[in-house]
Amino acid sequence: MVQNLILKDFRIRYRNMSLGVFWSLLNPLVMMGILWFVFTKILQSKIPNFGVFALCGLVPYNVFTTSWLTGTMSLVENATLIKRVAVPRELIPISIVLSNCIHMSAQILLLLLLVLATGHHVNRHWIWLLLIWPLEIIFVLGLALIFSSLNVYIRDVRYIVESANLVLFWLVPIFYDFSNIPAQYAEIVHYNPVAALVMASRTILLYDAAPAASLLLRLALSSSLMFCMGLLVFRRLRRGFYNYL
Amino acid sequence: MSSECAVEFRHVCKRFQRHTGQLLLRSHLLKHLSQRKQIEPFYALKNVSFRMEPGESIAVIGSNGAGKSTLLSLLAGLVPPDSGTVQVNGRVAALLELGSGFHHDLTGAENVRLNAALLGISRRRMNHIFQAIVDFSELADFMDEPLRTYSAGMTMRLAFAVAVNVDPDILLIDEVLAVGDNSFQAKCFEKILDFRRQGKSIICVSHVAEMLRQLCDRAIWLDHGDVLLDGPIAEVTDSYYGRTQSR
Repeated sequence: MVQNLILKDFRIRYRNMSLGVFWSLLNPLVMMGILWFVFTKILQSKIPNFGVFALCGLVPYNVFTTSWLTGTMSLVENATLIKRVAVPRELIPISIVLSNCIHMSAQILLLLLLVLATGHHVNRHWIWLLLIWPLEIIFVLGLALIFSSLNVYIRDVRYIVESANLVLFWLVPIFYDFSNIPAQYAEIVHYNPVAALVMASRTILLYDAAPAASLLLRLALSSSLMFCMGLLVFRRLRRGFYNYL
Repeated sequence: MSSECAVEFRHVCKRFQRHTGQLLLRSHLLKHLSQRKQIEPFYALKNVSFRMEPGESIAVIGSNGAGKSTLLSLLAGLVPPDSGTVQVNGRVAALLELGSGFHHDLTGAENVRLNAALLGISRRRMNHIFQAIVDFSELADFMDEPLRTYSAGMTMRLAFAVAVNVDPDILLIDEVLAVGDNSFQAKCFEKILDFRRQGKSIICVSHVAEMLRQLCDRAIWLDHGDVLLDGPIAEVTDSYYGRTQSR
């Protein structure tokens, strides 16, 4: 059933786009170009290969924020489905987030291609990517479950999520390095799963090393906690969906 | 004893909060800040009890807002009751609203597959019944057209074709048959009668008395959430229409 819902989302998404996946690639490329220009030509950043460095931050950020936002709106947008068809309710935000992740995988591919194009090679640490990306998706699923059900009761939630995403853009080390963060805040950043993903991606792709075990552990912990919380909150709020949609 | 019945409602109540305009943060805050009078909930169903045996077909009648659609929603498992129990044995296929669960950008064929999947049909069985659905709907020429180009009658045909071909034990029909043309209505009738012969149950909501008399053998008259009358179809429809006309 999840497969069918994802398929539906995909068909609708691409039916209304003549250039399909291309649009999902254009946005990070433009963003990367701007960041590269500002930070190498104007601010003279000393980080080597700044374009790819920024993209390592941008792609996880994009995947995270668009999944969170589309997940948040999923229940309200599929109100007719909820009021008229007895689908297990959890499947709606989950399938929307997963479909969004598949849609965004083009961006991940772009990132990998650019990494290879700038002289890096595939190394054995890439295997870690297969662990940290799913963890990230689990985290977003938890968030989507919580915020989609809240959004049914309070329709302003999507604007709060949009603002949070804007804050996140600056808090996640996209165009600065983790080492720039003062020590007293560094601990907190470790628990931020987007930041953790960005750091891990950079370690693996640009510095050819395995991500720190403590980082992985924290990522796994926060992801599974968030997912369980998501299910709990969703189950509690599910009863009122019909009345409020 | 309750294990062999198709549907059983026991003292079911369903209420809705009157929450017009309360879906914004501001109104939630206001509600919590000002401890003003609690808004009276509105009861869509009050203490409704009935039992339905397999093979029975029941008509639900009543004026607008009497709770007919709420009753079907409870039956379809779309919403839990606030008190009482709803027991349903078997697969339910619900035709609650024209093309619910359909997406207007998808083609007819894609919608059929999605809709059947949502009703819990496996991929293998889907391939099996797909042709039957297309044949029944008589829309083979339009299956690759997006649904937004369909007329109301065509959408209904497709929805009905899916609902009857997924082999449900209980079929819920809310008003939708009215949009079909005569020949298709006759076909639906035939299919529904066929259903009854197979020992399956049907619950039908409509305002067309003639149709209900042909399809159903029992009727439940709802009025403002109460069961006013429950009995043989002719008796209940007679007193219902007798009352509405005497007004």
